[in-house]
Amino acid sequence: MIKVVDLHKKFGEIEVLRGINDYVDKGEVVVIIGPSGSGKSTYLRCINQMEEVTSGQVLINGQDITDAKVDINEVRQKVGMVFQHFNLFPHMTVLKNITLAPMKIKKISQEQAEKEAYVLLEKVGLKDKANEYPNKLSGGQKQRIAIARALAMKPEVMLFDEPTSALDPEMVKEVLEVIKELAYEGMTMMIVTHEMGFAKEVGTRLLFIDQGNIIEQGNPKDIFESPKEERTKAFLGKVL
Amino acid sequence: MEDFFINLVGQQTVDFYKIFFENRYYTAIWQGLQWTLGLTAIALIIGLIIGVLVALIQITEVRRRKGILNTIAFYTLRVLKWISSLYIYIIRGTPSALQIVLMWTVVFATSSLPRIIIGGIAFGINSGAYMAELIRAGIQGIDKGQTEAGRSLGLSYVLTMRYIILPQAFKQMLPALVSEFICLIKETAIIGFIGGLDLMKAQSIIQSRTYNALQPLLMVGLCYLIITSVLTFFMKRLEKKLNKSR
Repeated sequence: MIKVVDLHKKFGEIEVLRGINDYVDKGEVVVIIGPSGSGKSTYLRCINQMEEVTSGQVLINGQDITDAKVDINEVRQKVGMVFQHFNLFPHMTVLKNITLAPMKIKKISQEQAEKEAYVLLEKVGLKDKANEYPNKLSGGQKQRIAIARALAMKPEVMLFDEPTSALDPEMVKEVLEVIKELAYEGMTMMIVTHEMGFAKEVGTRLLFIDQGNIIEQGNPKDIFESPKEERTKAFLGKVL
Repeated sequence: MEDFFINLVGQQTVDFYKIFFENRYYTAIWQGLQWTLGLTAIALIIGLIIGVLVALIQITEVRRRKGILNTIAFYTLRVLKWISSLYIYIIRGTPSALQIVLMWTVVFATSSLPRIIIGGIAFGINSGAYMAELIRAGIQGIDKGQTEAGRSLGLSYVLTMRYIILPQAFKQMLPALVSEFICLIKETAIIGFIGGLDLMKAQSIIQSRTYNALQPLLMVGLCYLIITSVLTFFMKRLEKKLNKSR
């Protein structure tokens, strides 16, 4: 479904990604871990071209989205993204946050969009917040709304960029529950996270990234129990 | 002594009545008011258009890619950015009186356009430079996560601007825009330099005909105060309304 070929990304002189090759199959839940500054978030952001790649290819369903001729807006409709800092639109109600993109891009009626939004709100357990503004919500609630907003475009893949890193500890669980639920439904997902327990539980595959390279990958349980690479061992030794 | 003041105030009040109502100079004030408001309106519209355009030129980035169209876009934008910076630099660094006289006596010297239009253009160009900076700051003040969220959903740059960035930026820059608007109204008082018949001019006409300075000055001052108070009042209400979502 997603194929990444020799992906390089430079910020000025600093090379953040140094040739990443990867293949994500439909229904996979890829969890990405690694020290800060390792390039894991940048890698994720290259998948939907939030960062322009320096060289290499990202193919989604066979289409190279780094090609300048590709309509990137169309590609992004199929790739949902959830950010560390939620990025809800503060001037809109929760309902508007969710219905904006489907109404403006897919041109579906307000009635239809709201109907679908309520289904999503039900799913993330926040149906009663539909008419609130984001400033009235807790961090965990905001992130669940952000997930609903991304799902409203009916994406084929969901990207999570440290979805719980900005949350108070007691709110982490409610967000992870929602993501877990999505995993069980078979959503294809790539998740950058620092929650090792969660990574072990929902990940079908784990990537350990350091210094812009995938150092080790495989079944999360295997890697956590018996990492092969020295760098993986050192990292896990620090965080577990 | 007390009587002296009472008489003085009384006399001035009687003069006030005589000038504006018996001698019907309120019509001069009324015409001046219309002139001032008309001039400000023209300048405001031109200033806003210039301001938005210049601000957008300054915040737009074109990624350098292969292809002739991209090259053209890239260098056109560079030239536009350079022109808009120069424009802001010159306008903000020179007196508006100079700019207006320049417009009237040089740029539009042979034009048959009415004075109010030429004045409006001159003030519009002047105000546009200040508005461009306000608008640019307003847009850039919005967290870049907002743009990312919009774009990640598949919204185009234009739609993201239209529905996500500009509404928030507008709210932030509204107070500054209104105060620029108020400045503009007061600034138009120098239109007399090119013979505009605004409120200030009405004052000097009345003074020269009646030999009374105080009453027309008071009247004109009052007019300006009323206009700016009305504006401030509406701005406060609008701000309150917009703040509900905060």
